Amino acid sequence: MSDTSFSREYLQRRSFIELSARDRAKCLFDSGTERELAGSFDRIESPWLPMQDVTPQADDGCIVMRGTIKGRQAVVIAIAGAFQGGSIGEVSGAKLTAALDLACLDNEKGIPTSAVLLLETGGVRLQEANLGLAAVAEIISSIVALRQHAPVIAVIAGTVGCFGGMSMAAGVSSYVVMTREGRLGLNGPEVIEQESGVEEFDASDRTLIWSIAGGQQRYDQGLSDVLVDDDADKMAKTIQELIAKGVPAVHRSEQVDLYRSRVAALDPSRQWDPEELHSWASKKKEKNL
Amino acid sequence: MKACWRKIVEQFEFNYPAKRKVPKKSHVGVVGSGDLEVLLEPAEGPEAAVRIRTSAEGFKTTWRAVLDRFFSQYDGAARIEINDAGATPGSVLLRLQQAVEASER
Repeated sequence: MSDTSFSREYLQRRSFIELSARDRAKCLFDSGTERELAGSFDRIESPWLPMQDVTPQADDGCIVMRGTIKGRQAVVIAIAGAFQGGSIGEVSGAKLTAALDLACLDNEKGIPTSAVLLLETGGVRLQEANLGLAAVAEIISSIVALRQHAPVIAVIAGTVGCFGGMSMAAGVSSYVVMTREGRLGLNGPEVIEQESGVEEFDASDRTLIWSIAGGQQRYDQGLSDVLVDDDADKMAKTIQELIAKGVPAVHRSEQVDLYRSRVAALDPSRQWDPEELHSWASKKKEKNL
Repeated sequence: MKACWRKIVEQFEFNYPAKRKVPKKSHVGVVGSGDLEVLLEPAEGPEAAVRIRTSAEGFKTTWRAVLDRFFSQYDGAARIEINDAGATPGSVLLRLQQAVEASER
């Protein structure tokens, strides 16, 4: 960033992405209404990690909180990106699914309950292989069930980003909120480099990575609905507004023809640079083509 | 490199004498590279008990030294669980102090 004219507002803000996963979840609720479900002291941890010489975490890196946001019932699920890259294992996946399903049940009982997913995740936890894959499938179907009743909001704020199976979970959500620091993609940069070579994608080139998968590009492409500054108060306000907005008329993932036609129109036989991709995609977004 | 999948995380326990009750439980930290999580809660007996699980092998004497130092200052009857991902002794001490601070706030 060459812009050094930071405003006072920017300097005095309370960063959202510097908060721990637990504090990120907490700061979205009406103060004092939140309570944690299946927390650290319940010690529901991964049984698979210690067998592979990896220390488990008491909450398996998944924090579930229930409370009200502007008086409306909501559940916030925060993934701790610092623990195993925020990967989804059997336990963290089950916590996520159970939280979404409970919210769905409440909606069916006539208690409108929204869900907010704070995603800092590389996707499936490789140490838990098929169990992680199964968990991601469950999460996606639970989101699809819940989103008929209430908005499911995916927030991708931190630099870990959201990749792999969990990028699909973000894709089926009602709204995707990103910061410029966040990144969203199906395959992570290292995976692309490993599979297609460094000429295809250089995973050490941070500028390249953020200019392709970063929040600004994803917002301009229409793959993210809201671009927010890294500011806890602004983030909380954005979530309140999206919950008030309710379920969108059409979910992004229902617009199969639109997105399929975009993919079809993109010529992958040559290398696109990020700026060219940006202007191409934002024109498409503008005209809804 | 540890090739055998059967190898499990190293675990040990230490006990220290205690004089007073711990007001409430607290949780700090994350099991991220070079960091650790501490779960601190009131123990039933008149003793403090520490259980450590760590992915860094062969540091038992270092752990004992760090805890000896910590318990020379702290006399709470706490049950402490540490899940460690290779934190340095300095980080361990800071996290322990942070957990105590949170439990007495």
